Amino acid sequence: MAEAVAREPSSAQRFADAGFRRLCQIFAGATLALVVFIVLRIALSAGPAVREHGLSFLTDTIWDPNKGRYSILPEIWGTLYTSILALALGTLFGVAAAIFLAEGFLGQLVYATLKALKLHLRPVWSTLPARTEDVLRNLVELLAAFPSVVYGLWGLFVVIPTIRPLCNWLHSHMDWIPLFNTPLAGPGVLPAVIVLSIMILPTITAIGRHALVSVPAKLRMAAYGLGATRWETILGVLLPTASRGIFGGVVLAFGRALGETMALAMLVGNANQIRLSLFSPANTLAALLANNFPEAGPKQVAVLMYAALVLLFITLLVNVAGAILVQRAALRAEGGR
Amino acid sequence: MTSLPTPTANPLVDVNLGELERSLQRPRTLLNALLDLLVTAMTVLALIPLFSVVWMLAVRGGKKLSAAALTQLPPAPLEAGGGFGNALLGTLVIVGLATLGTVPFGILNAVYLAQAKPEDRLATGVRFAAKVLTGFPSILAGVFAYGAVVLVTGGFSALAGAVALSILMLPVIVLTAEDAIRAVPARMKEAAIGMGANEAQTAWMVLLPTALPGILTGVMLAIARAAGETAPLIFTALFSNYWLASHGHLALMQPTASLAVLIYNFAGMPFDNQIELAWAAALVLVLIVLALNIAGQGLSRRLPE
Repeated sequence: MAEAVAREPSSAQRFADAGFRRLCQIFAGATLALVVFIVLRIALSAGPAVREHGLSFLTDTIWDPNKGRYSILPEIWGTLYTSILALALGTLFGVAAAIFLAEGFLGQLVYATLKALKLHLRPVWSTLPARTEDVLRNLVELLAAFPSVVYGLWGLFVVIPTIRPLCNWLHSHMDWIPLFNTPLAGPGVLPAVIVLSIMILPTITAIGRHALVSVPAKLRMAAYGLGATRWETILGVLLPTASRGIFGGVVLAFGRALGETMALAMLVGNANQIRLSLFSPANTLAALLANNFPEAGPKQVAVLMYAALVLLFITLLVNVAGAILVQRAALRAEGGR
Repeated sequence: MTSLPTPTANPLVDVNLGELERSLQRPRTLLNALLDLLVTAMTVLALIPLFSVVWMLAVRGGKKLSAAALTQLPPAPLEAGGGFGNALLGTLVIVGLATLGTVPFGILNAVYLAQAKPEDRLATGVRFAAKVLTGFPSILAGVFAYGAVVLVTGGFSALAGAVALSILMLPVIVLTAEDAIRAVPARMKEAAIGMGANEAQTAWMVLLPTALPGILTGVMLAIARAAGETAPLIFTALFSNYWLASHGHLALMQPTASLAVLIYNFAGMPFDNQIELAWAAALVLVLIVLALNIAGQGLSRRLPE
């Protein structure tokens, strides 16, 4: 009689299977527990400071370790001010780059050049438009790959010296405008905003490009069929249709900007003040943490944990909102097909 | 015989064909061309920083880069020469520790998520947690590691830095590995189950080997992200001017230098030698991060369809 090939799993195999499944489940549970633990750890460490300083911590402007008085309104202001300005700048350029990429401007330019040179049907040359598009997309993504401390270094030694003459000219000629009413001595809001906007641009461009290319092709064809020019199509049809996705990307970029630390710690100037001027130094929550934690005593640690809790709360709010928006836009785009 | 339309009934007669020509004198076309130009100019402008950063790294970083810079200890103020050997080693050790801890953790999570039924609430929760961690500010990972490791063990250490970095690596690994495992063709999984393999055997012998390139991509990207992070390290691993060793043993429980923190510290110093070293260290760090990114993307390109 032939021996049966099939057999019952041995008890060791049953045990290994059950054990492996249980192990996976435990680790999944551990991830969930980790996030809860992170939030609790920060909240509990902040406890003493929350009890001592209460809500005035959020509304006063004094940071004086000698007298034991702490409050972070200037940091909250600085965080929001730099992030919103960077977001405006980053969105402007990021959406422009997204349109440039989604509409294949570069590919068309290369194709036109090749056609003028009568090379556009040659085997190797004909793939050039598509390849230059790929290169450009990768270049924009490359902007996101540089560590933020490298951007900080670049900002200190390239951006600040480059913009200082212009800023000081603006200050000396137009100091009645509140934005320009201090000179740029070195670190300040504007260099931080410029570098921050470069850091969030790839996020906006990547999500924006994706939203634009997922607009159903029939909408674009209908617009062209009605005689719209390319830009009438872009501004009248494509951008409104993709606006939810782009907006989600902008909100996610806002979350990144709020939590960004190193570039700001190096460029914003760490001054505890609320000014409208683009050229005056300021401070942000993340930079405050980065600068004060290494030498903090136990009492100050609690205060800094309170500041961290505020930052956590703000970024969590913005990130969850952004994630929901991107997801909804994706669902809508799928439904539209 | 049908009657031909009379010439006067021809609609084309009244049309000025010149008007149909594309001409820049028409406001619509002109606006179109101007916007073309504007968006091209803005894209070029957006890429200028990229070229500027690369150029500065090559010129200022390349000038100082040498075998001595890669192997020697940081110089004292006003001292000539020196390097960032201890920081390079420190980065490798901290990131290595974080990787060792995170990779098994993340992959087991991904196996669970990929096998979970859609209505599994634990899986939904874990996915949400991973997404929350993706947008988690890196400085807060440092704050957490400070509270959970530095305060508990009583000092700054490479271990605390590794804990902070692993929080940032975990979501990248979990989410990419889940995608990679889900991308394994269902027929392969069904074939394994049809052969009588149980869930653990399917995972170990079919899903994980097939998804390996995708999982490795996620690991590479996570390492690249961690290697470049500064904020979580400044008050967990802190910095040190010495080698990561005491009495010939690797010492993980003492302040440890890293490339990123060295760049941050040296950039703010008023000494030319330190600033030059910061640029050289930035060049090395960027090369490491880019190499990891390219390796990761190369792996995912070879992924089976």
